[in-house]
Amino acid sequence: MGILDIKNCTKRFGGLVAVRNLNMSLLPGSLYGLIGPNGAGKTTVFNLITGVYAPDEGSIELDGKAIQNKKPCSIASLGMSRTFQNIRLFKSMTVLQNVKLARHMRRKQSLFDAVARTRSLGEEEREIEQDAMALLKIFNLDGRANELASSLPYGAQRRLEIVRALATHPKVLLLDEPAAGMNPQEALELMHLIRSVRDRFQLTVLLVEHNMKVVMGICENIQVIDYGETIALGTPREIQDDPKVIEAYLGGA
Amino acid sequence: MRRILFWIVAILLLVGLQTQLSGWIGAYYYKIVILTGINIILAVSLNLINGITGQFSIGHAGFYAIGAYASASLVTYGESSIRGIVSFLPRIGQDTVLLLAGIVVAAITAGIAGLAVGIPSLRLRGDYLAIVTLGFGEIIRVVILNVDAIGGARGFSSIPVLSDFFLFWVFLFVLVTVSVIRNLVNSSYGRAFVSIRDDEIAAEAMGVDTTRFKVLSFVISSMFAGIGGSLFGHYTAYLNPNSFTFITSFYLIIMIVIGGLGSIQGSIVGAVLITVVLELFRSLSEFRLVGFSILLVLVMLYRPQGLMGAGEMFRTKRKAAVAKS
Repeated sequence: MGILDIKNCTKRFGGLVAVRNLNMSLLPGSLYGLIGPNGAGKTTVFNLITGVYAPDEGSIELDGKAIQNKKPCSIASLGMSRTFQNIRLFKSMTVLQNVKLARHMRRKQSLFDAVARTRSLGEEEREIEQDAMALLKIFNLDGRANELASSLPYGAQRRLEIVRALATHPKVLLLDEPAAGMNPQEALELMHLIRSVRDRFQLTVLLVEHNMKVVMGICENIQVIDYGETIALGTPREIQDDPKVIEAYLGGA
Repeated sequence: MRRILFWIVAILLLVGLQTQLSGWIGAYYYKIVILTGINIILAVSLNLINGITGQFSIGHAGFYAIGAYASASLVTYGESSIRGIVSFLPRIGQDTVLLLAGIVVAAITAGIAGLAVGIPSLRLRGDYLAIVTLGFGEIIRVVILNVDAIGGARGFSSIPVLSDFFLFWVFLFVLVTVSVIRNLVNSSYGRAFVSIRDDEIAAEAMGVDTTRFKVLSFVISSMFAGIGGSLFGHYTAYLNPNSFTFITSFYLIIMIVIGGLGSIQGSIVGAVLITVVLELFRSLSEFRLVGFSILLVLVMLYRPQGLMGAGEMFRTKRKAAVAKS
């Protein structure tokens, strides 16, 4: 019984079976990697978990609650947060406002509070601002809090996406190719960052990544999928030596 | 405390202006000032949905019309019964109650219409809202043309005149509109609106119920359009369907685009500019549209973010100070 359980999930697009009979179970506090060659169905799995697609068969449970037919925003409010492969920050907002937005679903203010600028709104806004600044400070972004998010360099934008995801107070954090476009040095820093985030916020992390060094370096368990089916599951060492995985990546003889 | 003081000073100033202004500038310019005020209400409210929430409505005149006719119908047909209910008040008090009742009913009716249009069309991403609102605006106009009880094509006349203080009323509601929308923008709700404009998928993933907030923004925007319509009807005491054509919606869009989409100050500047220019070139009638099209092209070429840009002046500074403390 994990914090995120996928049971016998299947997703079809017309005649194409993108994900077939997938099972996945993330233990609380684990760092779990999902890998596979291009077109293996990793993104579909991500979209199923976050509610962009509903599975045709099977169930998905987050902390014991079925989420397979919920909207993305309700899944987010149950404790799932994600980053995007192609960075999706709110470009016209400042760094600080991006993080503040993530507090939206835990807001206490009513529409009346907002319109009339009541005292409780002021207190809540101050609290939101302090929390956001504290979080930015951990990631060394507090100095740029009032710059536009789009003006940050690439690596900082990636970090900001993680900060924004953390500000929703998730139980499970989904990282979609966080090392994409990073040089080896940046990828190494990212590995440390992911591990420290997991420890510090006591999260469960699901990582989809192409960069094998990153995946093998930090994940405790790895699941390999190809053509929508699980072909291997185990520790990094087991995965590296699995003949099926080698075949999927390098082609069979 | 400072806010209460602000409103007291604002009301006193408006009362002062009301008593003096028409004497200073004459009846013609006084009328233009009032129409400018109504256009500010319309532009600022349209900016909430088009500029701040990033959806594209081109039927604002429809909600304006609904507000105008709903309010005019109420004060025309319900005048005696409402006066009966508040008969203990002096005449001027009764008039004020009627005037405000018209405004409230206009806001509610236009808000319900906004809900009915918004729920089906805002569930989808893309330009559906533009198509639906375009059709909606025309439907409203055609319906009004064919309902005899509200004057049909002849226009709705014999609306009771309830006040001589329209400068006061119009600019009071300009202040209400601007402060409500500005407060909204600076709250969690406003951040949700802007996040939808910037990236709907990311907003949804961060827990913003995008459909709900798009509809909310649209309904609030419609309500203020209704208030603008009510004030227009109260002031002119005559309504004609020709005041609510697609061209009206188009002028409103020009105002917010020239002022700067997403900027409240920009919408105000745009509304003042366009209303005044429209009046200056009244003799050119339909040719003004050509002029505005050229103006719009020039603004898009040389200042695509609009005169005021997307943000507000004097805001970032204060924000920065807060962050430091």
